[in-house]
Amino acid sequence: MTATTNKAGVISRDSLEGLFDALIARDYVPVGPTVREGVIVLDELRGVDDLPEGWTEDQDAATYRLMRRADAALFGFNNGQHAWKPYLFPPKAKLWEAEKTPDGGFSMRETPDAAKAFAFIGVRPCDLHAIQVQDAVFMAEQNTDPLYARRRRKAFTVVIQCGQAAKTCFCTSMDTGPRADGGFDLALTEILDADRHSFVVEAGSAAGASVLAEIPHSEARPDDLAAAEACTKRAVDQMGRTLDTTGVKDLLYGSYESRRWADLERRCLACGNCTMVCPTCFCTTVEDVTDLSGTHAERWRHWESCYTTDFSYIHGGSVRPTIRSRYRQWLVHKLATWQDQFGTSGCVGCGRCITWCPVGIDLTEEVRLIRDSERKKDAADGHVQEHPHASD
Amino acid sequence: MADKPKLAVWKFASCDGCQLTLLDCEDELLAVADAITIANFPEASRAVLDGPYDVSLVEGSITTAHDRERLEAVREQSGLLIAIGACATAGGIQALRNFADVRAFTDMVYAHPEYISTLETSTPLSAHVRVDMELRGCPINKAQLLEVVSALLNGRKPNVPQGSVCIECKMRGTPCIMVAHGTPCLGPVTHAGCGAICPAYNRGCYACFGPMERPNTASLAHHLGALGVADDAVQRLFRTYNASAPEFRREGDRHGGGA
Repeated sequence: MTATTNKAGVISRDSLEGLFDALIARDYVPVGPTVREGVIVLDELRGVDDLPEGWTEDQDAATYRLMRRADAALFGFNNGQHAWKPYLFPPKAKLWEAEKTPDGGFSMRETPDAAKAFAFIGVRPCDLHAIQVQDAVFMAEQNTDPLYARRRRKAFTVVIQCGQAAKTCFCTSMDTGPRADGGFDLALTEILDADRHSFVVEAGSAAGASVLAEIPHSEARPDDLAAAEACTKRAVDQMGRTLDTTGVKDLLYGSYESRRWADLERRCLACGNCTMVCPTCFCTTVEDVTDLSGTHAERWRHWESCYTTDFSYIHGGSVRPTIRSRYRQWLVHKLATWQDQFGTSGCVGCGRCITWCPVGIDLTEEVRLIRDSERKKDAADGHVQEHPHASD
Repeated sequence: MADKPKLAVWKFASCDGCQLTLLDCEDELLAVADAITIANFPEASRAVLDGPYDVSLVEGSITTAHDRERLEAVREQSGLLIAIGACATAGGIQALRNFADVRAFTDMVYAHPEYISTLETSTPLSAHVRVDMELRGCPINKAQLLEVVSALLNGRKPNVPQGSVCIECKMRGTPCIMVAHGTPCLGPVTHAGCGAICPAYNRGCYACFGPMERPNTASLAHHLGALGVADDAVQRLFRTYNASAPEFRREGDRHGGGA
């Protein structure tokens, strides 16, 4: 397939602990999927035993159920509520603090980030793309966020190529999976059949190759590579949802008055869950706090959601008082204005906003309905076109 | 600090839990006492200084004609009047009387109901006097109380988010109990401020902090029905500590076979 595939190796299930050993020896904090509170979450891991062995999930709009698998797959699921976002872009971060000085002035102090280097184990290709989308936000040449950039540059990324897809997955529509061809340190494909349980491994960086050199592995044989390819195909075949991205930017730019927004006004809770679980949403607010004595002040940054009215509060009030205007802001930014802003879509097709919306609003369905509604409107207006928004 | 602001704490129909939050600020209490003069706070001290007061923290709802007059006197003596807690901001759990005949209750509870002089309703402070700020919760959150006091002392805007509990829940990384377990939860319509305590212990949000800004209670109620919550149970969910908050009252009225 690709050049890297030619160098692929195979790590047996029993040798996978070597990955943790090598990373921990390099002072990384391994972070990856584990089962907690009936959900597969991301957390710090001690080793292979912490992985969700034999677990899977059933996801659909507004529902997620953890279930047992018939086999002992370590990565036999897709993704839970947690994205990797909190590790690179913490929900709350102190930016600086200041003390009043006796002469009536004040002195400021930066608050260095104490986080160690993370090794992300089991990053799905969609989530790898999400990290790259956030790189464009936080590590642009002129506006680099020091906290994000420091954590990101130090991080080690182990991708797990998908061998299955959830009902909420649509990475193939967004061109972000189910297989990543680069941008990782190591990439694993889990092969599990009657006579083997192993991982096809590719190194995508010098750091990855150096870690791999310490893990017992063999050279991949053609049947290992064929099995890995079959995994990718299975994930493609199982893809639960699609989003037609053809001309989606013009479609949404042209749909500001769509009747569909009224329907969303009725259903959307404006609770902000979709923005919190979205692996690319990056909005924050900044708050200044003081102590009671008035001698100590701190500035904090924390996640903010475009679904709150505070988010768009300017002199005189919020510019998006209605829920429809807030949902529209989110959807149009994610799929359309993001392209103008950063050159990519803001959506990677992970499906989290569908699963974790308490009332199951599905953006793939909303885009479809907006498209249908605009098409009908065009037809009624006499502008009969086969693909009214095909040009982008 | 010659002129420390004078703070008074007042109680109307309530359980004392909110004002005790001030005493619960154990680590910060000395700093609070250092920065402000606690002029009237019977739970802490019998010493009472005469008004006027720069700030009044007022707990409780208005359930008697006498309390209504007393509240007006508090208003007159207070620079800033801050309503604290679900009783003071929405009428509290005792506002369940608003949905029934209060006389039937007094007849049932008291040996001599003729001695009971009470209003037909339990109402928030804002129904009677101008309120400068409302701090939600049953009880209020200690960190939010300190934040408000600190903001007042330093002449800045208090940071009190108006959005949903879900935002706090997600920020602390709690898996969503409604999506993952089907547990009914009012978090998506409830005002933030508690730090999303209940979902972190696998319990649905009880909406102690009342309705969030512009909540879509109808959509959530519809979804609760789809989760299998019976219509009268949906009504009960909305009729607790903030039963009489307008958004919850309206939603409650739509369920359980009418008001």
